[in-house]
Parts: sequence; C-alpha cells; structure tokens
Amino acid sequence: MMVEIVFYVFAATAILSALMCITQRNPIASAFWLISTMLALAGIFVLLEAHFIAAVQVLVYAGAIMVLFLFVIMLLNLSGRVSDIRGRLSWVVATVIAVALTASLIGLRAYTPERLAQEVTGSLQITPDVAFQSGDLARAAAESRGVIGVFAEPLFGTYLVPFEITGLLLLTAIVGAVVLAKRRL
Amino acid sequence: MLLGPSLGLSAILFAIGVAGVLIRRNAIVLFMCIELMLNAVNLSFIALARYHGMSGQVMVFFVMTVAAAEAAVGLAIILALFRHRESVDLKDANVLQG
Repeated sequence: MMVEIVFYVFAATAILSALMCITQRNPIASAFWLISTMLALAGIFVLLEAHFIAAVQVLVYAGAIMVLFLFVIMLLNLSGRVSDIRGRLSWVVATVIAVALTASLIGLRAYTPERLAQEVTGSLQITPDVAFQSGDLARAAAESRGVIGVFAEPLFGTYLVPFEITGLLLLTAIVGAVVLAKRRL
Repeated sequence: MLLGPSLGLSAILFAIGVAGVLIRRNAIVLFMCIELMLNAVNLSFIALARYHGMSGQVMVFFVMTVAAAEAAVGLAIILALFRHRESVDLKDANVLQG
C-alpha cells in the first residue's frame, strides 16, 4: 500500500511537471520542469526494481543531457520574451490529439502481470509465477547477484553487438556535433 | 502491482509530449518534448522488464544512449540554424518550404 502511495505521488509530480514544461514560455523554466519530470520518473524506476537505470536516469538524463540543453539555451540567450507558443487552432488540435492518444492508450492501466503471462505464453491458465520463473524476476535476481551484475550479463552477453554499435553511434554523434557546430573546419 | 498504473502514466506522459511538439515553435523546447516522449517509453520498458526479464532494462540503456547522441547532434544543428537565422523559431526555418 505504501508503495502505491509513493508511486502516485511521483506520478502526479511527473504529469504536473510535464504539463508545466510544455506550457512555460521561458525555455529555461521548461528545461527545469522537464528535469523535475525526469527525477520523478527516476523515483518510479526505483519502485519498479530498476535501481541501476534510476541512477543512470539521474546522471545521464537529468544531469548530462539537460545540462547540454541549458548550455545551448543560455548560449543563444533565449529568454522567452517573445512567446513561441502557437495560436488557438494549434492548441485545439494538440488537445484533441493528446486526448485521443491518452484515451486509446489508457486502457493499459488495467494491464496485469497475469495478462502479460497469458499473452506471452499463449496459455490462458498460466500464472506469472510459472511463466516468468519467479514472480518478481528482477528482484529475485538482484538479491542473488546484485543490481549491476544482473544488468551487465545481458548487456555484455546477448546484446554485445548492439552495445558495440552504440559505441560507434556515440563516436558518430561526437564527430557530427563538432562538424555541425564549428564555424569553419 | 504497479504494472498497469505505470503503463497508464507512460501513456499520459507520451500524450503530453506529443501535445508539446504540436503547440511549441521553439526548436529547443521541441527537442525537450521529444526527450519527454522517450522517457515515457522508457517507463513502459522498465515496468514490463520487472516481470519479463532484464532485456527491457538493457533496451532502456540503449534508448538513453541514442537520446544523448540525438541531443548532441540536434543541438549542434540548432546552433547552426541560429547562426544563419538569428532565431530558433521554426517559422523562420522555411528555406525548404514549397
């Protein structure tokens, strides 16, 4: 019960911050509200037994990526004196699309581990305990091997090639950013 | 049982991100809305990974890496745009407009 209360506090924080982020005229205020959303999401990741991802979320997302955004906003001296928010027609279109999207996806709120187990295995009688070996797989594995070990094994085993390609992608991004942002090479 | 509520929250945050892309014209804020959508998808990956195995968390790790690369290149493009137009407003970026 306690976990549910904490979850809904974080969820309300995330939604309110996200709404403030898209409606604030000043880009710096937008960035700070987005950081607030990301920190609330990091809290939810902890509740979902993803401790390493929560730490990376704070370090990489709320730390590195958002600092990059703030640097660029301040470098370009954007203060939001002139509003960049579109007119009323765009508001109506955006609201309609957002409400339609939410309405079509909000049914997922009733999704349960039992249904996940049934859909994954295709069997109607199966319970999550049987389908996923242990009910809370992440928690059980983390208790025996530690949070990092559980995460590192698939990362450097099954997903080794994607991991290497990600390194290549980062190299490309570094070179690309330098080429694009430099006045002349 | 946080699986359902997490997926619901993920849907709401994604919709807010889409709405943000539609109502803003500032290129940097648009990028932040895209980050918001990526975060929403990450949340559903994490929620499902809790039951389905660690692959979901590994996928979130890759999404974060791609988001970092995308932010670096995207912000460099915005800097280049600002240098040419003295503005990051998308209504000024209309060279390719028919």
